[in-house]
Amino acid sequence: MTGARVLARLSGRAPAGPAGPDLAGPRWAGRAVLAAGVAVLALIPLASFSLGGILPGAVDVVNSAGTLQVLGLCLVFAGVALGFDLLFGFTGLLSFGQVLYFATGVYVLDIALSDWHWPVLPAVALTAAVGGALAVVLGAVSLRVRGIAFAMVTLAFAQAGYYLVEDNPHGLTGGDTGLVLDTTRLPAALVGVANTRNLYWLALAFLVVAYALVWLATESVTGRVWLAIRESERRAETLGLRPFRFKLASFVLSSLIATAGGMVYLLLVGTAAPDSVASLTVTVSVLVMVVLGGVGTRWGAILGAIVYVYLQQYLLKIAAEPSFASLPAPLRVPLSQPQFLLGALFVVFVLFAPGGIAELAARARGRVARPRREEGTGADGER
Amino acid sequence: MSTFLAITLSGLALGAVYFLVAAGLSLIYGLMDVLNFAHGVFLTLGGYAGWAMATRLPGALPRTAAGFLLTTAAAILGGALVAAATELLLIRPLYGRPVAQILVTIGLDLALTGLLLGAFGSDSRAIPVPAWLTGVTVLGGERAPNGDFVALGGGLLVLAALTWFLRRTRYGIIIRAGAENRAMVRALGIDVGRAFTVVFTIGGATAGLAGLLNSVVFNSALIDPTQGDQLLIFAFIVVVIGGLGSLAGSAVAALLVGLVQVYVGFYAGSGSGLAQLGNVSVVLVLAVVLLIRPRGLLGATA
Repeated sequence: MTGARVLARLSGRAPAGPAGPDLAGPRWAGRAVLAAGVAVLALIPLASFSLGGILPGAVDVVNSAGTLQVLGLCLVFAGVALGFDLLFGFTGLLSFGQVLYFATGVYVLDIALSDWHWPVLPAVALTAAVGGALAVVLGAVSLRVRGIAFAMVTLAFAQAGYYLVEDNPHGLTGGDTGLVLDTTRLPAALVGVANTRNLYWLALAFLVVAYALVWLATESVTGRVWLAIRESERRAETLGLRPFRFKLASFVLSSLIATAGGMVYLLLVGTAAPDSVASLTVTVSVLVMVVLGGVGTRWGAILGAIVYVYLQQYLLKIAAEPSFASLPAPLRVPLSQPQFLLGALFVVFVLFAPGGIAELAARARGRVARPRREEGTGADGER
Repeated sequence: MSTFLAITLSGLALGAVYFLVAAGLSLIYGLMDVLNFAHGVFLTLGGYAGWAMATRLPGALPRTAAGFLLTTAAAILGGALVAAATELLLIRPLYGRPVAQILVTIGLDLALTGLLLGAFGSDSRAIPVPAWLTGVTVLGGERAPNGDFVALGGGLLVLAALTWFLRRTRYGIIIRAGAENRAMVRALGIDVGRAFTVVFTIGGATAGLAGLLNSVVFNSALIDPTQGDQLLIFAFIVVVIGGLGSLAGSAVAALLVGLVQVYVGFYAGSGSGLAQLGNVSVVLVLAVVLLIRPRGLLGATA
């Protein structure tokens, strides 16, 4: 993208060109698909039939509590992945610290509700405030460096958070064993297995709000500056823009979405365990989701997250089946590990379909795949 | 020998292991702009290669110094082979796309760690090593673990070897020139691609050695599938503090991080909220260094 075009687009004089692989087809068609998708997702808890064993839950019924919980997890991570894509795909910032803000959502809410017995609304407000403040401070520090150094600094801060949680200061976090959510202060509609469908709807609402936020942000003037920064930060600077503020805005918005996702996760799962909500594994999973789905495309991140969480749960279910144990060891050992299969799938995608599922879909629709740009991580490609 | 000196020795040994990991990462990054996330699994695989060799050696051989040399050679070779294969099969097709290269190493790390978990479970395996290696020497009334001296010696040896290699050999010169200006080296008709493979292999070899030493010195000669990934995070911090691409920077930062971690860890005690203070303080060091000097201690460019 040339500097002149950036300027023209920022001032709104030029027609919106192909900003990314996202703008496929006429807009109304995309919106209709979107509305239909939300409607189908919203109706899932009412579907009491089986889908012939393709569901990951133990009970093979669509609206069983186990299945709804897994599907709710898919939606939570879809929202978190979308927030991460805002940072990575739309602003070109590769952060390895996304888990910190997710864990903040999980743990601060859990501590406020279970350790301090606060009412729900103040607890949620506190969690959001902590997540936002943390993102502003740590984001401002991390953004002093670029590219790989930025990735490493965010990683280090997230690790500090993990150590803090593991350390169990004053018995607040439960350390290694985690902290079970005390549900006494929660509204009755969000408590108990029978109400899993309400939690599922909450997760869906979170995803819809996250999508709306990301959509509004990326379509705004700020969003265009993000794209300009992604393409070439130096060029954006030359145009008189101050990348730092815009990058910080992207970082904070992305982190707040992760914090909100963490809160919904806590309500859905009912416990906070350091290895599943605060470790580097979470950051890597979210990154894998976004790349699998398609970097810099909003629906790609959502699809990637759903596919990832679903596959992870489903592969575990298959590996636990008795017939699986009769497979010869060279087949059984790798196939029993979702981590191996997802990692291998990821490698295949990076090598052969770097645009993720979104690119595959575009290819299937017969559109010529454009040669992919490299998402700049600052200094890369400008040496 | 006072307690302080004993702790210092352990911090230096930890720093030496960090250096072994960071040296490979830093060399690879300096030349190729690839941040190798698979380095963690290279470490683990080095440990397992050592385990595979040591458990196959006959009789009491793995418990002797000669046997331990064979174990070490297997670890180094294992790390080097995996790294060379990674470079040729996964990194090479992605030249010129640094983000995709990082992503592919993340996927590889996931996949190989998953494979190790499938093959070995999450239980540790014991590597048979000479008894003196896990023993202690009493110096002036203080107990100094022998493994600390071995780790320190290994670190110094590799630092000397790498310095000699980079200064005195043809490939070393190509690597240093390539880190400075790849396009120019290519324009002079030199095959930078081969230098990439060499650097990756060296990185894998030092990772294999680091994985074995880390297991022997700091984990009672036990190896498990996620050991390398835990070490990798600190190695990343070391590389950034030292300055990406700088070998000397990595050496200085490795000692700094090792000492800070051990001193704070020891003197802060293990009270509530303090047990991990050694680890947290390393992150603080990183933040302070980057605030004062964003390109790291000895880094040329950020």
